[in-house]
Amino acid sequence: MNTRTVEIGVGLFVAVGIAALFMLAMQVSNLSTIGSSGGYRITATFENIGGLKVRSPVTVSGVRVGRVDVIDYDLHTFQAVVTMKIEDQYKGFPEDTSASIFTAGLLGEQYVALEPGGSMTSIEDGGRLQLTQSALVMEQIIGQFLYSMAADKKTDQPPDQKTEQQPDQQPGG
Amino acid sequence: MLDLLQQLGRAALGLFQRLGRGNLFLLQTLASTPGILLRPGLVIRQLWSVGVLTLVIIVVSGLFVGMVMGLQGYNTLVDFGAEESLGVLVALSLVRELGPVVAALLFAGRAGSALTAEIGLMKATEQLSGMEMMAVDPVQRVIAPRFLAAFLSMPLLAAIFSAVGIFGGYLVGVGLLGVDDGAFWSQMQDKVDFHDDILNGVIKSIVFGFVVGWIAMFEGYDAVPTAEGVSQATTRTVVHSALVVLGLDFVLTALMFGD
Repeated sequence: MNTRTVEIGVGLFVAVGIAALFMLAMQVSNLSTIGSSGGYRITATFENIGGLKVRSPVTVSGVRVGRVDVIDYDLHTFQAVVTMKIEDQYKGFPEDTSASIFTAGLLGEQYVALEPGGSMTSIEDGGRLQLTQSALVMEQIIGQFLYSMAADKKTDQPPDQKTEQQPDQQPGG
Repeated sequence: MLDLLQQLGRAALGLFQRLGRGNLFLLQTLASTPGILLRPGLVIRQLWSVGVLTLVIIVVSGLFVGMVMGLQGYNTLVDFGAEESLGVLVALSLVRELGPVVAALLFAGRAGSALTAEIGLMKATEQLSGMEMMAVDPVQRVIAPRFLAAFLSMPLLAAIFSAVGIFGGYLVGVGLLGVDDGAFWSQMQDKVDFHDDILNGVIKSIVFGFVVGWIAMFEGYDAVPTAEGVSQATTRTVVHSALVVLGLDFVLTALMFGD
């Protein structure tokens, strides 16, 4: 075989291989999003972070603005300290922004949802969010539900009386 | 009874002799590899026969593996209403496991066997001894460029396999089954980590290229110089490469993703 053909073929092979690697890096993985190493950090303390992990998304109104950077435990307050890294373009959240931990879908992963407050001063790099809402743990919810069921049974209310109460509550609430 | 023991002992000694010869051979090859960089023409010609000619089977099987994963993954995920995660499923399984492993198995079958047969036949027809007579080191002239070519082309082939496979999964998932285009890519980019997934996959394929190249070279160089010996050596290359690749894959996976 002609040397020129061989060399062109090998050149093409190497180029395609490197292009495939590049495509994997840029299109498939998160390299394009973590490439901007900038961003600022804010922290929030939670009673319970549930299944939150490092690199979990941080969203505002459903838009991803950053990721969870560090999860730590404070031995003085006995609370979990979550450090979030917010991208630079989303700078200037109000000071009284609240952070909640929600679950995406029924079995989805957990994420931090920020909700901006009404304060005029915006939060600084390294600032701390005061208003937080912990993750809902399925066992706790089920436990509370079972407990309230048991409590209902104990009061021995006749079932017809209970059904009468419900229409009363609905218009009021 | 003693005969049996003797046979066992002979088999064990033979095994260790072969292992020792294989390691010495590897050292010799590695030692003469830098010298081959002065003559890149030899490596380029081997890259053609080892890499470029393997490209067809890699691209075709990558496409079909990706397409099958798209179909199967969709059928499973749709039960949970999670068909948007199809991209994550296809990309992670290809980049982490299937890309390096299947590409290495195909590479051993397509290129490794050819290398063994070529070198074994060179030995059987006394071309290697002829080179030594002319004061040309056959390890440097014949083995090193082929080893280097196998080592270099394996990561590229695995990357092409993964990329084509993801494209195949995209074709089936988005084109045929109606998964949302944006969700397919964005969830993939969300979950696939460059360092943990892509780089580890590349490291795997580099290791596999090294091992498959080593086995193919050694089996050829160590073959019994007869027609039967060369055929046995070729078979051994494919079988041993497949076993070693699958075994090493488990070890590497346990090291990389095990925590």
